Amino acid sequence: MSSTSHYPAAPTAQGIETRTLSVIVDNEPGVLARVIGLFSGRGYNIDSLTVSETEHQKHLSRITIVTRGTPMVIEQIKNQLERLVPVHRVVDMTVSGPAIQRELAMVKVAGKGEPRVEALRLADAFRARVIDAGTESFIFEITGASEKIESFINLMLPLGLVEVSRTGIVAISRGPEGM
Amino acid sequence: MSKDMTGAEMVIEALADQGVQHVFGYPGGAVLPIYDAIFQQEKVRHILVRHEQGAVHAAEGYARSTGKVGCVLVTSGPGATNAVTGLTDALCDSIPVVVITGQVPTHLIGNDAFQECDTVGITRPCTKHNYLVKSIDELPRVLHEAFHIAASGRPGPVVVDIPKDIQFAKGTYSKPREFAHQGYRPKLKGDLNRIKQAVELMARAKRPLFYTGGGIVNSGPNASTLLRELVKLTGFPITSTLMGLGAYQASDPQWLGMLGMHGTWEANWAMHDCDLMICIGARFDDRITGRLDAFSPGSTKIHVDIDPSSINKNVKVDVPIIGDCAHVLEDMVRLWRAGGVQADKKAMGEWWKQIEKWRARKSLAYRNSDKIIKPQYAIQRLYELTKDRDTYITTEVGQHQMWAAQFYGFQEPNRWMTSGGLGTMGYGLPAAIGVQLAHLKSLVVDIAGEASVLMNMQEMSTAVQHRLPVKIFVLNNQYMGMVRQWQELLHGGRYAESYTHSLPDFVKLAEAYHAVGIRCEKPGDLDGAIGEMIKVDRPVIFDCVVDQNENCFPMIPSGRAHNEMLLGDSGESVEDAITEEGKMLV
Ligand SMILES: Cc1cc2nc3c(=O)[nH]c(=O)nc-3n(C[C@H](O)[C@H](O)[C@H](O)COP(=O)(O)OP(=O)(O)OC[C@H]3O[C@@H](n4cnc5c(N)ncnc54)[C@H](O)[C@@H]3O)c2cc1C
Ligand SMILES: Cc1ncc(C[n+]2csc(CCOP(=O)(O)OP(=O)(O)O)c2C)c(N)n1
Ligand SMILES: [Mg+2]
Repeated sequence: MSSTSHYPAAPTAQGIETRTLSVIVDNEPGVLARVIGLFSGRGYNIDSLTVSETEHQKHLSRITIVTRGTPMVIEQIKNQLERLVPVHRVVDMTVSGPAIQRELAMVKVAGKGEPRVEALRLADAFRARVIDAGTESFIFEITGASEKIESFINLMLPLGLVEVSRTGIVAISRGPEGM
Repeated sequence: MSKDMTGAEMVIEALADQGVQHVFGYPGGAVLPIYDAIFQQEKVRHILVRHEQGAVHAAEGYARSTGKVGCVLVTSGPGATNAVTGLTDALCDSIPVVVITGQVPTHLIGNDAFQECDTVGITRPCTKHNYLVKSIDELPRVLHEAFHIAASGRPGPVVVDIPKDIQFAKGTYSKPREFAHQGYRPKLKGDLNRIKQAVELMARAKRPLFYTGGGIVNSGPNASTLLRELVKLTGFPITSTLMGLGAYQASDPQWLGMLGMHGTWEANWAMHDCDLMICIGARFDDRITGRLDAFSPGSTKIHVDIDPSSINKNVKVDVPIIGDCAHVLEDMVRLWRAGGVQADKKAMGEWWKQIEKWRARKSLAYRNSDKIIKPQYAIQRLYELTKDRDTYITTEVGQHQMWAAQFYGFQEPNRWMTSGGLGTMGYGLPAAIGVQLAHLKSLVVDIAGEASVLMNMQEMSTAVQHRLPVKIFVLNNQYMGMVRQWQELLHGGRYAESYTHSLPDFVKLAEAYHAVGIRCEKPGDLDGAIGEMIKVDRPVIFDCVVDQNENCFPMIPSGRAHNEMLLGDSGESVEDAITEEGKMLV
């Protein structure tokens, strides 16, 4: 017998999927705590989360959450988010049509000589901009899909990577329609 | 119409405008301005409780028995934290309450001030919504919005935390308006195409079953009326959860009794074997589904619920309908009638024949005694002696609660107040006080366990002070019976800490509260003693001394499916009934 539970069995039969959700909320105190509390309280995953006011006049913010779960759990996450009073809309960017996802990272690299030249050369290839430079260090700014940022950071690792600061993912759908 | 007044006055004004006649509360430093405002008016009556948890349960009882929003006022810090169990209870059972909490002055928030706590932080996960009011300008809107959110959609508790300086501040009060919240707009009408599809499935079904729940009660008396109409029109059998009892009349032959862990043989077998499940306002709770992979394996499932997050949470359904029960039922009745639809007569005949076979198993049967009062018998007598009166029942949590659900035949909605989702011992007495306040002339009985009732016994003072003649009918088995039952099933009869030692003398306890105490120990004396209890126009504690060893059956043990129920008289040893894995569960 696969499960003998009075509680719902862990839905292992369904595969785990990664989804990006865009959430429009009232920009009021505590709204982020409500969203994060929902995820921690119900045991959902957060891989990435970004939030900022996007429509000042209407006091609206946009939260972009990257999460993982089975299709049933993802459906629950969307429904639970929509149940929060300050939440206006939730759109699943992964299934609502083609969407663009971007992330920004600032990458600090320290070094001299050959590694320094190599880091600059790679930055150029990745279209990373130098936003701060000293004789012994650089800070690069790079934007792109998470995988691109990931591989850039990996390449910097042996060249004197000091630290990285990333924004997390923001997403927007293609085409003329808004959410 | 707008008027200038203080924040404290606005609170009272808003309550009155929201139709609140009674507020349950307990004073303290951070709400003194509001108490001062209460003192100077007569629109809203304050009911002083003896513990803030009691205030919230009383408000729940008030709300559930009237369909109105229950209202509570407590102070900051310990006042607010004491209310948390009640808030969680109301959230789990979808009960509309508004709790106003005092808070330290705005400039002290975050300073670890005297009796400060992060009320919105603490109550965020146990409310439908909550507010910290930071300016007098937003106070009227927030108060009105709180009532709207508590009562609409899937009802629930809302907290409004008001710092003391805001209570003193002067501002302009505005009346409630029809207001359209941007993000919050619960959907009432169900999708008509889906409803059509549901009605077509119903017309074709061979083994259909209505599975209804608390959502019907939440939706209002009209939903019950429509449900009864639809059940009659179709001729289908109907079962309900603990929370939905009374929405359909228990005396009707189409009623199969409650389903689930302690549900009847016929209700659970019908759930298991049906080919069409019509779930209306119930949430596929784990006490209902049992083992999920064996839950009603062959059925097509229709689910009507106002909260999209209830749908496909535990069980995947085929026809989800998001909307209010009454609205959807109205459409269903209309479509069934308009289509001139007839249920499949031959198939229904077979189905009912099968159901009658299950019913003949008499799963609620117990061995009565003429020496010792059986708890089931006590409830049966209570039912017989109160059914022709205007009666409301509340319960505590445990075996007595399940026996009440099984043996008290509820005929109408809003007559049955119990803590289902959270299972809060100590709910019943304060809830009864709330019910009695709303129905002064009615008979209100808390069917209690001796352990549970002690958890909020202090509320006897509330009942006595406010002349609320609630009857506490204690099924005294000297055990936390439900715990003892599980220890018998799961832990080899090692009754760790489940014997309720050093019990008070309940008769003397009643007298100490200036109430009436009655004890009954013999089955033969029961009717007379219950009669006496009903006659007394004061609060009563009725100490009904019952069999200590009785267990509550039927029972679907952990790790079993609907068709694997244990019955009281079954030969199967209960110790063998639970698998090793089952022991891990509750
Ligand atoms: C000791 C113990 C044993 C228990 N054993 C059992 C048992 O054997 N059987 C049993 O049934 N329960 C049992 N329970 C209770 C159980 O834990 C749940 O509380 C109960 O089953 C839930 O009932 P429900 O599904 O009707 O949901 P509720 O909690 O009443 O929820 C109502 C549902 O209806 C929806 N709704 C609300 N308003 C509306 C509306 N206007 N229109 C449409 N939908 C609406 C809500 O979104 C929600 O999904 C037991 C509890 C305890 C403490
Ligand atoms: C506040 C709280 N604590 C613990 C429990 C666990 N619990 C469930 S039933 C029960 C025993 C109740 O005993 P009693 O009130 O005497 O009722 P009986 O089962 O004997 O009828 C306990 C301890 C609970 N439901 N609520
Ligand atoms: Mg007991």
